[in-house]
Amino acid sequence: MMRGTRPFIAGLLALIAAGALAGGGNDAAVKSAEEIMRKSFVDATPEEWKARLAQDQTQAACSYYRNEPPPDMAVRIVSEAQASIRYPADGKLLGDWKNGATLAAISTGGHIGRIQPDPPDRPRGGNCYACHALAPQEVAAGTLGPSLTNYLKLRGNSRGTVKAVYDKIYNAQAQYPCSLMPRFGHNGWLTPEQVADLVAFLLDAASPVNREQ
Amino acid sequence: MTTSNLRAPARWLAALAAGALVCGAAAAVLAQDDRAAQEIQKYRQMLEEGNPADLTEARGEELWKTPRGPKHATLEHCDLGLGPGRLEGAYAKLPRYFADTDKVQDVESRLVTCMMALQGYSYADAIKNWYQSESDIQLLVTYIAAQSKGAKIDVPATQPREAELAAAGESLFFRRSGPLDFSCATCHSHAGRRVRLQEVADFLLPEDARAAMTKWPAYRVSQGEVWTMERRLIDCIRQMRWPEPQYQSEALIALQVFLQKQANGGVMDAPGMKR
Repeated sequence: MMRGTRPFIAGLLALIAAGALAGGGNDAAVKSAEEIMRKSFVDATPEEWKARLAQDQTQAACSYYRNEPPPDMAVRIVSEAQASIRYPADGKLLGDWKNGATLAAISTGGHIGRIQPDPPDRPRGGNCYACHALAPQEVAAGTLGPSLTNYLKLRGNSRGTVKAVYDKIYNAQAQYPCSLMPRFGHNGWLTPEQVADLVAFLLDAASPVNREQ
Repeated sequence: MTTSNLRAPARWLAALAAGALVCGAAAAVLAQDDRAAQEIQKYRQMLEEGNPADLTEARGEELWKTPRGPKHATLEHCDLGLGPGRLEGAYAKLPRYFADTDKVQDVESRLVTCMMALQGYSYADAIKNWYQSESDIQLLVTYIAAQSKGAKIDVPATQPREAELAAAGESLFFRRSGPLDFSCATCHSHAGRRVRLQEVADFLLPEDARAAMTKWPAYRVSQGEVWTMERRLIDCIRQMRWPEPQYQSEALIALQVFLQKQANGGVMDAPGMKR
């Protein structure tokens, strides 16, 4: 499920052991937490471990530094994130805002486990409303992220803006290291075409996000 | 470690605030947020006047005092940390280290120790259907928690194994992985923010941690049943799209030691009522 997931954690632990990483988390606690993880998630299949519990370098670093990486690490995270971005085959970064509206509202998909799993074919979305206000008629919008209502008015729709918004949704850490926002495209949660649909939901003049109230 | 050391200065929140100021509708949005929060609060107060978990508690008491299991014994001599049979305030001091099992145990794992030792149940029988309504675990944990009403949460985690788990639990709290890059801290380290309409506790803030931890186990209106703390944590982890941790596993104990430590001094008021 996650593209580019490699066992970076071993390398990070080696860096910690070598004293190369200063500040951030407590080294002994991180080591102990990883041992506890291995003992606690014994029912996870090897595939689930790889895709859902093993950390790539960015996740391990953001965990260790509690989302405040030091400058050198921040630069590394951002440059790797920028290099990770892929675009739709047809090159169109502004997709179908109607499909984007649907994706923004879907909160399901990808839940596993014995107690309350999703059926494997359950649609996955961005669940954008969990954290952001978007179309004003949806009042059940979260406040963990900024309001994106009237986003076109706020940002315009120059080529640069369209690309920046696409990149942000594809891999939020290309612009902000250790951003709380999921790396939707990088992690393979959404396809490049779906990311483009979400860009249109935010920047298309016909989208309800941009209809003045 | 103090709270201020725990919290990473959230620079993006400053950016967010700047963005909100740019938006002409900021004031209207804030007013709407306030109204929504007030309405939710009113709804909660209304519901708490008649909490269905009170029935769960009563059924738990009956179960506690009924001779059961291969040994046909009650749980009345169960030692939850304050001595055999001493229930009052016991929940508020859990998880804690127990010398007889050489483990740090939470209320759920300690209860199972008692069911096995006193009543002769196997582990499998003791935890049978634990996450379903009317399970022995759900009923008994609700009864035990209710016997701590008014007691202050007191989990100093000074015993070496407790301290190790508290530190590991804190580390787990910040551990990001999975297809959505989530950790507990993604949602639970930002005071006053909401996911959809639900305010999410900032566990780095003692008052938020206390408000949350003093209410579990709780009747969840959205689920129509009482959930224990382990049930709640496992569902958070499910929503993060992680695999399911084993019930009563060390990860769940470590997280609880950390969360209870954050909530120290909070006055227990469980069973509570939640969304």
